[in-house]
Amino acid sequence: MIEIENVRKSFGQLEVLKGINLTVQKGEVLTIIGGSGSGKSTLLTCINGLEDIDSGRIVVDGTDVHAKGTDLNKLRRKLGIVFQQFNAFPHLTVLENVMLAPVKVLGQSKAEAEAMAVKQLTHVGLGDKLKVYPSRMSGGQQQRMAIARALAMSPAYMLFDEVTSALDPQLVGEVLDTLRMLASEGMTMICVTHEMKFAREVSDRVAFFHKGVMAEIAPPEELFGAPKDPELKTFLAATH
Amino acid sequence: MFSYNFHWNQAFKALPQMLDGALVTLQIALLSMAIGLVVALALTLFRLSGNRILNGFATVWVEIARNTPALFQIYMAHFGLGSFGIHLSPYTALLVGIAFNNAGYLAENFRGALKAIPETQTRAGRSLGMTPLQAFRYIVMPQMLRIAFLPATNQMVWAILMTSLGVTVGMNTDLAGVTQALNAVSFRTFEFFALAAVIYYVIAKAVTLAARLAATRMFRY
Amino acid sequence: MFDTALTLADLGFLAQGAVMTLAVTAVSVLAGTILGVVFGVLRNQLGTYWSLPITFLLDIFRSVPLLIQLVLGNALQSILKLGWAPFTTSCVVLSLYTAAYCTEIVRGGISAVPTTTRRAARSLGMTWWQDMRYIVAPLATRVSLPAWIGLTLGVMKDSALVLWLGLIELLRASQILVTRLQEPLFILLICGAIYFIISFPIARLGGYLEKRWSND
Repeated sequence: MIEIENVRKSFGQLEVLKGINLTVQKGEVLTIIGGSGSGKSTLLTCINGLEDIDSGRIVVDGTDVHAKGTDLNKLRRKLGIVFQQFNAFPHLTVLENVMLAPVKVLGQSKAEAEAMAVKQLTHVGLGDKLKVYPSRMSGGQQQRMAIARALAMSPAYMLFDEVTSALDPQLVGEVLDTLRMLASEGMTMICVTHEMKFAREVSDRVAFFHKGVMAEIAPPEELFGAPKDPELKTFLAATH
Repeated sequence: MFSYNFHWNQAFKALPQMLDGALVTLQIALLSMAIGLVVALALTLFRLSGNRILNGFATVWVEIARNTPALFQIYMAHFGLGSFGIHLSPYTALLVGIAFNNAGYLAENFRGALKAIPETQTRAGRSLGMTPLQAFRYIVMPQMLRIAFLPATNQMVWAILMTSLGVTVGMNTDLAGVTQALNAVSFRTFEFFALAAVIYYVIAKAVTLAARLAATRMFRY
Repeated sequence: MFDTALTLADLGFLAQGAVMTLAVTAVSVLAGTILGVVFGVLRNQLGTYWSLPITFLLDIFRSVPLLIQLVLGNALQSILKLGWAPFTTSCVVLSLYTAAYCTEIVRGGISAVPTTTRRAARSLGMTWWQDMRYIVAPLATRVSLPAWIGLTLGVMKDSALVLWLGLIELLRASQILVTRLQEPLFILLICGAIYFIISFPIARLGGYLEKRWSND
């Protein structure tokens, strides 16, 4: 369970999170929508401790992320994250990309890590690209590799930060299909996305962020079907 | 046209001795590069550490290495350290001086290379649970070394050329030292040093070629 | 507070050494740059194949230790009975050494000027010379200047090696004082500081220009 309690965060003068309260249950798929600068991506990087917060608490399975004694490196094994930029490690093959962290961070044997990597890569449809370097692959393939790389750590939660935003339009589908598959398998996921159709299909709940505030949160039928917040109405009208 | 008679035979007879000297030259160059590489990595980490004292130390090292003559650095190792009661042999002083120089220039190369690696690479590593050091070691450093490889090859050629400076502090076993010793007894300066020049040229070209070949084998991506 | 046998006269001696260093550097960089521009333009005009002899010849100056070049230069002038003073020999050798590096810089600068720009100049009716003078030269200079500054500083530091021919430049002057006063660390530190004071600001200027000009 991820509990977010009254989280505030500023970059200099700019307050990007103005007191967020949110709880994500095990097995839930939550999508976050909103305009740019709404703070939705920042929230994800705060959840896995890549960013500090100014006040409030984020608790993952009972561990306070930003408390002093927290072993963030250990905590992050639980929280897989995939970014907008694919962040493939260019000097490693696809297989090595996925094996690196399990071997170096989890201390798995090479054989163990390889078996897991092959399994995850096959799962995302890259079983035939094991020995290829990322520079030889399309953006969609690189992004699916990044997903497999996160999954190889056997995380309890997956965070997706606008994973299709940097992709050519024709490559968006394959990555969204991968996310749908994970959702259907029961993975707990928080997806920040601009893909409304996708959000409507896979989410248990959808949250709308506006200027650092979570303006509305509801099941998709309700949020898309009968939006209450005026800003959300404007936002939905603009995206259609 | 000239009244000078070249005596190339004398020089060619000394070729085996000079080639032995060339081996010492190559040995010092390689050793100084190995030491320089390790120190440069440490200096790079110091600069990334965010600690002001470590960062300052690394900056001072790099700036002294780059803004004073290599010969000065060798003199410091040979004469300067004497003030602390440390008396280095010509061989060690030469090695220390060149390694100091290599470390400074390599650290600067690394800094340039790091600028070309996006911050998101470290972030991706950290989000997989790696410590900062692990992210540097497994993700950033291999990419940095690749970018810095060609400049480092140039530095290796520099290191070979710098070994010739040892003769000014009494080194007599490397190529320049052997040549100077032969010159001192025979006075066939031009012949001996011309032959030495050819050997230096061949070594420099061979090292460059070897590095290019190594690069194509090592960097496949 | 601090005891040293170093006198004001000794400092003057060091200053004379520094002047010698700067004089050798100035002459060599000036002559080397003129030669470098000539060779650089020539290499660019002749193309890779026909400029091979120049390329090879200049490459020798970059692949043989400068110390060996100085010894060879001195031996050669003596064989040819030219009767050159050490200062002349030093400057000649250092000039050729500078020219070898400068040629690469000039060539790089010229080839950084886009072909389209040059075509545009020629299609406006400019002659080869006008194109070179008004289009290529200003653009190439801008690209090359940081590297040229680096080269100048490199020559300044490398000029220490002329001590082998008996010139009393900064480092040799320091060495003489070290032998006389037996205070190696102190005197060498002063010597290093002088080099640093000359080199560091100019190096920074080069870095600044590079940064500023690469941004636009």
